[in-house]
Amino acid sequence: MTHTVLVTGVSRHIGARVAGVLAADPAIDRVVGVDTMPPPASARDGGAALGRTEFVRVDLRSPDIAQVIAAADVDTVVHLSLVSAPSKGAGRPVMKEHNVIGTMQLLAACQRSATVSRVVVRSTTAVYGSSSHDPAMFTEDAEPAEAATSGYAKDATEVEAYVRGFARRRPDVTVSTLRFANFMGPGIDSPLTRYFSQPVLPTVLGFDPRLQFVHEDDAVEVLRRMAVEHHPGTFNVAGDGVMLLSQCVRRGGRPVVPVPSTAFRVLGDLARGVGRVDFSPEQIALMSYGRAVDTRRLAAELGWRPKFGTVAAFEDFLNSRGLFGETSLPVIDWLSTVLGRGGER
Amino acid sequence: MKRTDFSPDGDGGRSGSGGGEDEPADARVIPITAARRYGGGGRPGDDIEDRLAELLAFLRRRLNGEYEVDEFGFDPELNDKVLLELIRPLYRHWFRVETLGLANVPDESGALVVANHSGTVPVDALMLQVALHDDHPAHRALRLLGADLVYRLPVLGHLSRKSGHTLACPEDADRLMRKGELVGVFPEGFKGVGKPFSERYRLQRFGRGGFVASAIRAQVPIIPCAIVGAEEIYPKIGDLPSLARLFGLPYIPITPLFPWLGPLGLIPLPSKWMIEFGEPVRTDQYDPEEADDPMLVYNLTDQVRELIQQQLTRLRLHRGPAFSPLF
Repeated sequence: MTHTVLVTGVSRHIGARVAGVLAADPAIDRVVGVDTMPPPASARDGGAALGRTEFVRVDLRSPDIAQVIAAADVDTVVHLSLVSAPSKGAGRPVMKEHNVIGTMQLLAACQRSATVSRVVVRSTTAVYGSSSHDPAMFTEDAEPAEAATSGYAKDATEVEAYVRGFARRRPDVTVSTLRFANFMGPGIDSPLTRYFSQPVLPTVLGFDPRLQFVHEDDAVEVLRRMAVEHHPGTFNVAGDGVMLLSQCVRRGGRPVVPVPSTAFRVLGDLARGVGRVDFSPEQIALMSYGRAVDTRRLAAELGWRPKFGTVAAFEDFLNSRGLFGETSLPVIDWLSTVLGRGGER
Repeated sequence: MKRTDFSPDGDGGRSGSGGGEDEPADARVIPITAARRYGGGGRPGDDIEDRLAELLAFLRRRLNGEYEVDEFGFDPELNDKVLLELIRPLYRHWFRVETLGLANVPDESGALVVANHSGTVPVDALMLQVALHDDHPAHRALRLLGADLVYRLPVLGHLSRKSGHTLACPEDADRLMRKGELVGVFPEGFKGVGKPFSERYRLQRFGRGGFVASAIRAQVPIIPCAIVGAEEIYPKIGDLPSLARLFGLPYIPITPLFPWLGPLGLIPLPSKWMIEFGEPVRTDQYDPEEADDPMLVYNLTDQVRELIQQQLTRLRLHRGPAFSPLF
């Protein structure tokens, strides 16, 4: 069977990498990439070459996507065009439209299409929320303790609801929904990577959440397999293990300022005004209660484990950004020298 | 010298090998009772240097974040070297806790310890944790299932996770037991820990029996456990319900010393404690599917409750007066 793969969101890092990997696969005839804006020059994009991907500039919120699918005889759709935070110029309403309306249009086009036989959708573990009532590890069947009321989590929850509806109406189409933990890696630019790149890190006073990361290489590999193999269902995708926020910031060697959660909200508004980091309510909940997911279903389905655990993914991110600092160690080094031995460790 | 092994039996830090070159393997043959004597045995020379070097290595690891936590956020090193270290004096010298029946707790496999809850402030949970970590030959880490209030509060929530505990929910209970962990529950919950002094050593109702269902599903034994002594640490003779509601707490106690003496009233009374682990109740005779049979779960819950009540009455007699004149 010939393969024509449509990848949405190719102008963003993960989308570009997935399109590049699929384009390098000789078993795939055509890779069509769509996005609302043209992809950046590959040199600037950290070498995520698109290869022979054909780019079509389409606003997913418009019905034009149906024409692309029909014209190219697309049989596999990889939907990665979800944005996790409002972009600088546009606000939250634009983000929501992009995520939710974009998905609706895409799924409507897929439902009409006679050729589409597989749909892979990127979602997020944010759909589980973060609260003090959470179990330590969410499995795919778990319900969030509190339904998401805002932001990315709400978008993703709605997107997943539309995807489920689509799967019901087109039982002949293989639908795979992937709930990714926070992406981490050299090329990732997300609220969380921006957070860890700040010179001083505010944390929520009295909380030390468990975080989980998935390395971009592993994310791309999972998406590639989902696009070329038959794996219907919903899967959590995360690196093995968890990391405490305190561990993350200590490894990064950045100073920490614990801030009471109420002040955090005010700080968040200020920071958003400056436009660098995003402390949305869901981000603050994550910074307080954390979140971890069980990935056994994915491991069993693919017979594969992520190459990077959570800790390794974070270290790779730190290494790539040159974020290693040993701020608090001179005193210990000095004491070790005085002792004349402890230094070897 | 590199001593990254911080498993509880690698107790060299507190005992010292008594001079000679770095041979941590030798340090381990020291009897547990001697090794346990922390702070003691200030041997001169190499030993102090050893310990300092180890302390520096420890600090460096902590400050660099080079330590491991499990998926529940359990940090064994922090737990053993810092958190438990802080409450050990209370365990050894203040409450002089004695443990009985530790042989009933398995060395490796999973089990569910079910204990009575008392004392107004849940100090008994901490003491049970020290008992199983320090006095059990396999130094078992107790993984308690706690009230959601604990995880909502700042500081307490994450310290509790780092200490190995987690929220009392079926998902976490099943997960821990299937991993072969030693799980602990206080099924009386706030009803037990916050009961008035006049009702001491009388078990309250046992929740909904979810812990029994989890034990059946995971096919792990239930170990009834009686804790005697905690009832007398903060004798609760009254309550401030409206103030408690204001702060969203289950109760704010009045004891003979609190709030009259202010912060001094927070010092627990030095009662004599005993913790006894009873004969395990097996669950592997049931089918894991039977965890969904409410009648079976209720009956087994009642049986466990009855066992603990009997054990408690016996152990209380065995202990004698809470405040012996000669301590």
